[in-house]
Amino acid sequence: MQIFHRATNTIAKASIYGALLLVGFILWACVQFQRSPYVTYAHVARPQPVPFSHEHHVGAIGIDCRYCHTSVENSNFAGIPPTKTCMNCHSEIWLGAGMLQPVRDSYATGKSLVWNRVDDLPDFVYFDHSIHINKGVGCNTCHGPVDRMPLMYNEGSLQMEWCLDCHRSPAKNLRPRDQVFNMRYEQPSTQKPLLYAGKVYTDQMALGADLVKQYHLRTVADITSCSTCHR
Amino acid sequence: MPNLRKFSPLLLLAIFAFVGCRQDMHDQPRYKPLAQSDFYPDMRSARQPVEGTVARGQLHEDTYFYTGMVGNKPGDYMPFPVTQDVLERGQQRFDIYCTPCHSRNGDGKGAVVQRGFQSPPSYHTDRLRNAPLGYFFGVITNGFGAMPDYAEQVPPRDRWDIVAYIRALQLSQNATQADVPAGQKVPSAAPEFRGDPGSGATLPLPAPPSQNKTGEDSK
Repeated sequence: MQIFHRATNTIAKASIYGALLLVGFILWACVQFQRSPYVTYAHVARPQPVPFSHEHHVGAIGIDCRYCHTSVENSNFAGIPPTKTCMNCHSEIWLGAGMLQPVRDSYATGKSLVWNRVDDLPDFVYFDHSIHINKGVGCNTCHGPVDRMPLMYNEGSLQMEWCLDCHRSPAKNLRPRDQVFNMRYEQPSTQKPLLYAGKVYTDQMALGADLVKQYHLRTVADITSCSTCHR
Repeated sequence: MPNLRKFSPLLLLAIFAFVGCRQDMHDQPRYKPLAQSDFYPDMRSARQPVEGTVARGQLHEDTYFYTGMVGNKPGDYMPFPVTQDVLERGQQRFDIYCTPCHSRNGDGKGAVVQRGFQSPPSYHTDRLRNAPLGYFFGVITNGFGAMPDYAEQVPPRDRWDIVAYIRALQLSQNATQADVPAGQKVPSAAPEFRGDPGSGATLPLPAPPSQNKTGEDSK
């Protein structure tokens, strides 16, 4: 005697595959969620006590990164400027602007401005700005088009795969040292060849390979070893 | 134990679901540079050294190197030999810290001045051409008039490099035909800035190109 209709066989099979697909989908969704800006805050502008615009100061006025981030070349920490650096210019410019009232208050009282951190690496990661700068990694390679950011956001996910992407193949991002702070630097291409050290480069990988040698980069095995960053 | 066995899958699920959410390892109880502290009244984790502290190597015995003064007057010599490297470093540091007001050629018409800061004097006046080197060092160290001091942003060695570069800039802007190799002209053609300013600073945006009057774009 047949209790179930024949169609139930199909339903049974479909439900097995369906369950597998569902589990797969849930796992995939979890991974994508972990990588999404909802978790990483990538490309999410943060509110700040003063709406400081890198677009204005870097892109329009042309102030070098190091004018404010003075320790980026020789310290692990790039440096957040003290209020006095703001007042170098704003003692005379935009004096009446209400937007700048917190800066003037901070300067008058000596109380620090409390900025909201944008690029916040996990505390178990050792990161050093100076080594990257001195080996020819451009600011905007990691920080993105800062000269076009009215409010600061982090460009990368700051997740390990993002770091490793470059550590596994540093040649694809290296540039001559004197171009590290250039926000408009373009990698050499056949349309825009780059003259460097008496040689014309039309290909980033060729330039990168030469710079890896010239700047004495450690081997890929070294810079992808766990203890390089987790020390 | 039957109860536990019954709930163990649920327990396992709960562990998988919530164990990933802990941020303890991401945010460890230690201070990163300039982090806020709720322990000290001024909210700063970075502490000032006790007043009068002299760290090793910071006694500043070479007073000329740190002040540019000989007695009460600014001296007129460099505390170390000037090489091509010194001038190149000076140019780079000048382009970072000085050009916003003084401009790349030192005429005092930088981008910040164009936006309303009072114009500093040009370097290419008789007064500043004849000023001793220590005078420039003193102005960078202590500020002058509307110019703030740059003692915190530019370390002493870099200040001297900048001083050497300023003198080179003054010579360059006042050069005669006899100073340059044959085949070059004075004044030289204005340098053509490519997309890459030497110091790496982003050059100010060029003025938007005027509207195409011939209307070629509309074709």
